Amino acid sequence: MLSKFRLVWLVAGRELKDQFRDWRVLAPMIILILCFPFLMNEFAKQTVDFLNQYQANLILDRFVPFSIMIIGFFPITISLVVALESFVGEKERGTIEPILSAPLDNWQLYFGKLLVGVATPLVASYLSIALYLFLVLDQDLNMPSFMVMVQLFLLTTAHATLMVSAAIVISVQSTSVKAANLLASFIVIPVAILMQGEAVLLFWGNEQVLWLAIVGVMIISLLLIRVGIAHFQREYLLGREIDVINLRWIWQTFYRNFTGGSKSFRQWYLGVLPLAMRRVAPAVLAVGLIAFLSLWMGYDWIMVNVSDMVHSASPERLQKIESSISQLPDLTNLQGSISAPFLFMNNTRAVAFIFLAGLFSFGVLGILLYMLNIGVVGGVYALIELLGMNPNPLFFAGVLPHGIFEIPALVIGSAIVLYMGAVIVTPQTGKSMGEVMIELFADWVKIFLGVVVPLLAIAAIIEAYITPGLLISVMAR
Amino acid sequence: MIETYELTKQFNDFLAVDSVNLSVGAGHILAILGQNGAGKTTTVRMLTALLNPTRGWARVAGYDVVKNGHDVRSAVGVLTEQHGLYMRMTAVEYLDFFGQVYSLTASARKLRSDHLLEYFGLTEASHRRIGEYSKGMRQKLALARAMMHDPGVLLLDEPTSAMDPESARLVRDEIARLKSFQRTIVICSHNLTEVEALADQIAIIYRGRILIQGTLEELKKTVLGAPEYEIKFSFDWDSNGVELPKGVEFLSRTADGLKVRVENPQEANPQILKHLFAKSASVMALQEEPRTLEQVYLKIMAQAKGSENVE
Repeated sequence: MLSKFRLVWLVAGRELKDQFRDWRVLAPMIILILCFPFLMNEFAKQTVDFLNQYQANLILDRFVPFSIMIIGFFPITISLVVALESFVGEKERGTIEPILSAPLDNWQLYFGKLLVGVATPLVASYLSIALYLFLVLDQDLNMPSFMVMVQLFLLTTAHATLMVSAAIVISVQSTSVKAANLLASFIVIPVAILMQGEAVLLFWGNEQVLWLAIVGVMIISLLLIRVGIAHFQREYLLGREIDVINLRWIWQTFYRNFTGGSKSFRQWYLGVLPLAMRRVAPAVLAVGLIAFLSLWMGYDWIMVNVSDMVHSASPERLQKIESSISQLPDLTNLQGSISAPFLFMNNTRAVAFIFLAGLFSFGVLGILLYMLNIGVVGGVYALIELLGMNPNPLFFAGVLPHGIFEIPALVIGSAIVLYMGAVIVTPQTGKSMGEVMIELFADWVKIFLGVVVPLLAIAAIIEAYITPGLLISVMAR
Repeated sequence: MIETYELTKQFNDFLAVDSVNLSVGAGHILAILGQNGAGKTTTVRMLTALLNPTRGWARVAGYDVVKNGHDVRSAVGVLTEQHGLYMRMTAVEYLDFFGQVYSLTASARKLRSDHLLEYFGLTEASHRRIGEYSKGMRQKLALARAMMHDPGVLLLDEPTSAMDPESARLVRDEIARLKSFQRTIVICSHNLTEVEALADQIAIIYRGRILIQGTLEELKKTVLGAPEYEIKFSFDWDSNGVELPKGVEFLSRTADGLKVRVENPQEANPQILKHLFAKSASVMALQEEPRTLEQVYLKIMAQAKGSENVE
């Protein structure tokens, strides 16, 4: 096994040596490592002077961790160029074929490139951060706590892994360095948005949520690495020469997979759709189990976090809350104002949003949204219970009638997203990544139109015309 | 040893290689000839386990190219169309890197690299960056890389292109030496003289299909017909009415002799001479008309294009 890793080191070592002999890579990195901490320090000084006028100590405390995160980020963006051209650059220079013809396994070649791709920006980031900390020590600024330092260290590592693993996927799939560099915006922009969120968490000072963010970024990074290896095919690296969007081929591939060769709607509905459903079945089971977990999590979260608040509330306050809750759904008005098309559109949009969120995160964000949706139900159940009411009749009357259709629609709609993520990270022999994506999209459209939409339509009709009546009768009792 | 059966490769709508059957034994050289884009590189890439065949199979050094890609790549040395050299490395570093990739020990790497660099006349430049090398030097270094692990099978794409005559000769000698050491060699080349000198078997490929393959003699016989001979007489001897033995076809009369086509020269030529001597003909020479691989190649190509136009 060690000898197999030796080849990974060998590939990485050669790449690294090559980089250190290229002043076009070295010079910007050195300038960035040395100059940016000084710039940031100067900016910090000015900010501190400004904030001191207003006694904004809390912001001052959080300013250094924020600066560390930014300083760590910049060298990664510059070094991304190295990862972006790792495979496609070799292809353009004509050096890829001898190395592909050598007895190296795909993963050895991939990890060799990945190692250098991650290590170079990380070393640059760590050096830059170290220099900045040295400068911070010299000033009257609070150093972050040890735990925050660990989080920042991991966050920088997670950012580098995320960006480089995505860059290498792009490098493997691109046909030119130019195309790879253009596609890099699909890495830099989402990561920049992610960092804004992380900056909010840093200023908020919620360490727990920041840990979740670190874990989330790490999971996505690992999935990206898995995707890269799964779709790494020597054939495609050598075979494809030109970047052409073949709309005809895209449509034909989609149409072929969508219709599955069926001649009539009946044939499609009874033959092709069940086949797609069978493929998604394990994911449906998994998402079904996740539903129970989410219900419990929602229930538990309310019980832990809200029960103290409810128990410490004065009787008058409690009575006020209870009466307002019992009056909340003005069901007589609700029947008229919330129509079936409105409910249908709302639920369809939610499932489509889960799909979109899952599409860019291998299903992870989609499933998180799904868990949030289901978790709310568990939370509401717990809240009603905390207020001393029996939630069961309300649930049987208010959720179950339309839930019989709506919940399976949500489960199936989310299961496809999980299935898509699983397929993308699994090697598909003889198929390009584009082909796999089109086939998956065809499966999603099939199930969405054939199963999810009809279920949501029935649920919307029941929710609009039957559920309110049942709820009124239960609440009247 | 290389064996293929109905080896086919299709890229979307494009059929790059169509049902290629090859068999090259140890100690043999096969030359694949064809226009640019005929399918030579794709065939070689399938034999290197870089591309998976769409149909058919191939075994290289006893390994299946689909099932045992790693073993195939270990057993094969490839000289690719593009040299694939790392310009910031020195020749010594480059060969050492590939030696390590092929799991050679440090001493074996040093020995092999020193030998190859010396053989190809690169020792003096061995510590210079490859980026500073001339085109010919780069070609030699790429060839040295392909030979670094002393592979049992060599797949060489244009091994002497960009080389000066002296270097080309050096490479040809090395290929011939490797052949005598029972290596299996496939050469893709446009240099027909070189192919004539080296190849035991020749395959001509056109639009992915092998049009013809065999030894040079077989190709000449099949494409150009039976060999032609010129009989020269020392003085004006009246060859009118001379009867030729069976299997000898009269073609034309030249200024000082005859041109004939002989089906079976081994048997017929002595008969011709015997017959002419009996007629007191003053035969000065009986020599085969030179027929080159180029003639074979051009005729085959013309036929292929002609039949395509007819279709």
